[in-house]
Amino acid sequence: MMVFEKISELKRRDENVLVSFIVAGDPDKDRTIEYLHALDESSDIIELGIPFSDPVADGKTIQEGYVRALKNGFKVSDIFDIVRKFRERSDTPIVLMTYYNLVYVRGLERFLKEAKFAGADGLIVVDLPVEEGEEYIRYCKNFGLDTIFLIAPNTSRDRIVNIDNATTGFIYLISLYGTTGAKKTVSDEAFELLKKTKSICKNPLLVGFGISNQEQVASLIKAGADGVIVGSAFVDIIGRCKDDKDVVSGLKKKAKELKDALYP
Amino acid sequence: MIDMRKFGDFGGIYVPETLMEPLIELEKFYSEIKDDEVFNKELEYYYRYFAGRPTPLYLAKNLTEKIGGAKIYLKREDLVHGGAHKLNNTIAQALLAKKMGKRRIIAETGAGQHGTATAMAGSLFKLKTEIYMGEEDIQRQKMNVFRMELMGAEVHSVGSGSKTLKDAVNEALRDWAANVIDTHYLIGSVIGPHPYPTMVRDFQSIIGRETREAIIKEEGCLPDKIVACVGGGSNAIGMFHPFLNDKVGLIGVEAGGKGLSTGKHSASLCNGKKGVLHGALTYLLQDDDGQINQTSSIAAGLDYPGVGPEHSFLKDTGRVKYTTIDDKKALEAFLILSKEEGIIPALESAHAVAYAIELAKDMAKDDNIVVCLSGRGDKDVEIVKDSIDRGVIKI
Ligand SMILES: Cc1ncc(COP(=O)(O)O)c(C=O)c1O
Repeated sequence: MMVFEKISELKRRDENVLVSFIVAGDPDKDRTIEYLHALDESSDIIELGIPFSDPVADGKTIQEGYVRALKNGFKVSDIFDIVRKFRERSDTPIVLMTYYNLVYVRGLERFLKEAKFAGADGLIVVDLPVEEGEEYIRYCKNFGLDTIFLIAPNTSRDRIVNIDNATTGFIYLISLYGTTGAKKTVSDEAFELLKKTKSICKNPLLVGFGISNQEQVASLIKAGADGVIVGSAFVDIIGRCKDDKDVVSGLKKKAKELKDALYP
Repeated sequence: MIDMRKFGDFGGIYVPETLMEPLIELEKFYSEIKDDEVFNKELEYYYRYFAGRPTPLYLAKNLTEKIGGAKIYLKREDLVHGGAHKLNNTIAQALLAKKMGKRRIIAETGAGQHGTATAMAGSLFKLKTEIYMGEEDIQRQKMNVFRMELMGAEVHSVGSGSKTLKDAVNEALRDWAANVIDTHYLIGSVIGPHPYPTMVRDFQSIIGRETREAIIKEEGCLPDKIVACVGGGSNAIGMFHPFLNDKVGLIGVEAGGKGLSTGKHSASLCNGKKGVLHGALTYLLQDDDGQINQTSSIAAGLDYPGVGPEHSFLKDTGRVKYTTIDDKKALEAFLILSKEEGIIPALESAHAVAYAIELAKDMAKDDNIVVCLSGRGDKDVEIVKDSIDRGVIKI
């Protein structure tokens, strides 16, 4: 199912969207697939991060997830295996989150083709702004992959319009100045950004960076967000729990808790 | 249409969204101020009275005689305040940051030379200064850490990744994203997203402009060859740029480390593949997947897996020739220059000296070579002593 279809369907039922992020290959391929299914019980969209050696947009928690995966021998080709295996048992939309070098080195066309064939539905390339994304957008359109772009608290009005035009699926609103990493509260910037983008964008608006609890989710939905993206809170569970069973139950519990807060 | 952000395919702005607006703001501000008379007057003042410019172009007579080939001139950037060319860039960017209304500057540093030069400029212009430095480099360069602290800068230890320069850049970029409103990221080389490669090159081009004037005065003609070491590539591009349209052979020397075949080197241009790191498309040392490799060089300032995008472009067009010098040859050149000329070069600069020595042998006596002596070697004496003690080289 396409990302946009999924979001429209939820919206018709007056529901809001939970996008759950974990790192591919953290700590290995098989367990990633197991964890994805655990998250799938309460998540609407899965976001899978591809480990990169130099993740400048990420805070400590997700960096450490990347390090665990790379230490255990993660290869970019593994991402396609993981998506394929997950697809055998679920039709939940999957979005791949990556840094541009991994796409560039594999070859834009080849990477996107492999992603599509494996069963991915869209991409977030965190360090590829629309200004550099012309060719990428064209290929994604050809292959039927959603191009999800980010908007930051300081993005200008003109660029918000351009980004919205280049986006399909949903807009990823960055809730704060800084990197990913769980926070306890929502910053004022997030509310201001929601207000500003709401009047400009035609795409659904999902808020990410720092979201980890029910209070944050509820306040963002009240302020008009269409959903939230949660990453570090899940990756933290994977990094912290020694026992596999605890990870699985921890992920299920956290995802359900967040999804519960998304009902109006 | 010419894309001002790029050098051919290289360069560009590959950064997280939060950094887009500050980069656009910086580009706009820089393009307005770069030809501004007041700004340039001020800059000239600080270059002269704070940095000690112009630096001499010195004919290394003893070395020339010993080699018995072309005349070897040294552009004495080692005499710039702080001991390296780095200050040319930091004074200019700090002044720019001040005029942009920023209160705080941050920088990455490897050997600590750029960190030191940033601390100097921060103190000069009363900007709060914070430096990111890899845990490993802090261990290797304790003296420079203390120098920075003496001048009022705060040094943050970076424990992620390889704990060296590349990771210090990552951490500085993260800091910048969190503090874009009041902070300027003072990048130390011609790397990073547009407009940095262009802006830092412009600020370092004073090296080439002075060299041009001095050699014409001295020799009545342009040099036959110019040699400079390439880490990120700022001293090299600053030296080369004013000569790009002339009939002058330009050679950039990368760190060959323990030898290209060992994989333990920092030769991004000679041995890398195209990719995107720290905001720019350029040649990188990386694996088949695009994960960035660990690098190695005896010179901490060359120990970086990427290179300025303009160098990638100049390599592909063939205008500049790039080559490598390994750790051992750099150490030997370090000893030779110290002994023959009474000038202790930075290990980075010793790479350029080593190549110039090879080059001079096969050239005529009335040819001339200019070497960019990018820095002085006080910071490196312990490393060199250790190499002698371990029997790697003989004094
Ligand atoms: C003396 C000296 N030369 C050269 C370099 C390399 O930098 P770049 O290639 O940008 O000139 C450094 C970097 O720290 C340095 O300290």
